[in-house]
Amino acid sequence: MALNENEVLEGLAEIVAEETGLDAADVQNDKSFTDDLDIDSLSMMTIVTLAEEKFDVRIPDEDVKNLVTVGDAVQYITKAQA
Amino acid sequence: MTTMSIKRGPEFSRILGLGVARGETAVPNEDIIEPIDSSDEWIRKMTGIATRVRANSDTSVIDLSERAAREAIANAGISADEIDTVILSTITYPHMTPGGAPVLADRLGIQAAAFDISAACAGYCYGIGQADALVRAGTARNVLVVGAEKMSDFIDPADRTISYLLGDAAGAVVVGASDTPGIGPTVWGSDGSGAQLIRQTASWLEVRDNPDVPFPTLFQEGPSVFKWASFKMAPIAREAIAAAGLTPDDISVFIPHQANVRIIDQLVKQIGLPDHVAVGKDIVDSGNTSAASIPLATERLIRDGDAKSGDLALQIGFGAGLVYAAQVIVIP
Repeated sequence: MALNENEVLEGLAEIVAEETGLDAADVQNDKSFTDDLDIDSLSMMTIVTLAEEKFDVRIPDEDVKNLVTVGDAVQYITKAQA
Repeated sequence: MTTMSIKRGPEFSRILGLGVARGETAVPNEDIIEPIDSSDEWIRKMTGIATRVRANSDTSVIDLSERAAREAIANAGISADEIDTVILSTITYPHMTPGGAPVLADRLGIQAAAFDISAACAGYCYGIGQADALVRAGTARNVLVVGAEKMSDFIDPADRTISYLLGDAAGAVVVGASDTPGIGPTVWGSDGSGAQLIRQTASWLEVRDNPDVPFPTLFQEGPSVFKWASFKMAPIAREAIAAAGLTPDDISVFIPHQANVRIIDQLVKQIGLPDHVAVGKDIVDSGNTSAASIPLATERLIRDGDAKSGDLALQIGFGAGLVYAAQVIVIP
């Protein structure tokens, strides 16, 4: 069953926390992956890959650059699940 | 009806001896950061590289190959004239034809079967797979496999995608008959849909037809390559372990292509290698030397005492093509 945006945010925050060592509570929709969370391009690819597995969605490489904030990714994943 | 009488080869093959030749100069990050507007700290964080070995301008791919080959032959305890096949894996030999392998064979004073393979950073493992098959089929007795690159001839100092990673080196092994299994089944394949991910910036025809096209250099889509190498190669590596009748716990040494420390670390995690496994990270000092990187890392692990003769080592090469190959080998 497709998850809602809050559930996707919760799952994504766990992945980001695991990859970066950040507190999952700091991973909020308005945060920018690069500017706020200091996630580089390679860590971003790891997060995307783990999100693809966790949420059973496909995120093509060319779409990753459009995922600027955590909220962008949450919306993308929620829509892709539908 | 008369039928042919054909001899078969030995049941097993193994690596008999290893040799390496690194470019003469270790170039630190500080020496290359200006044209890419970067820093030592950034390069170390993104790649793990501190220096990359670069060859002198008058040192050729064949020079590096010959040095590594002579050492491998000596370490195998045979003479050059016992080599009957030479396989040279390179993407930087600057002639479309003839290949470099016959030239290398001639340098060694032999007239063995000799051919080049173009499988980029997977080329050494492709060569090992072929050598193993040639020996066990009885087609060859002793195969010299060389991975050699002079990447610095095909870099753009201002390129931020790959040039700053690359080094010049050659690694060589001799593969011959064995009483016990020394080279496991090769698990290999390709994904040409990713052909553009690591590429030459222009074809030779574009260079010929358009005077504005600069001399071709190498380019990569770094994050996409990272994702492919880190996550798609892990199942291939596990398949190679299983094909050899082993489990990850049986592996003592992991020798992946030295593309990026971040890829190596992620592969260790994704494959599920236990903590006791020694992991090759020669990239820190040698950089990414494409087809030479696995034998270089092997040599380093042996020299540092992290791998010893008889250890089971998982090796995997992956790169431009996209192509990949993996097998378990016994350290010579």
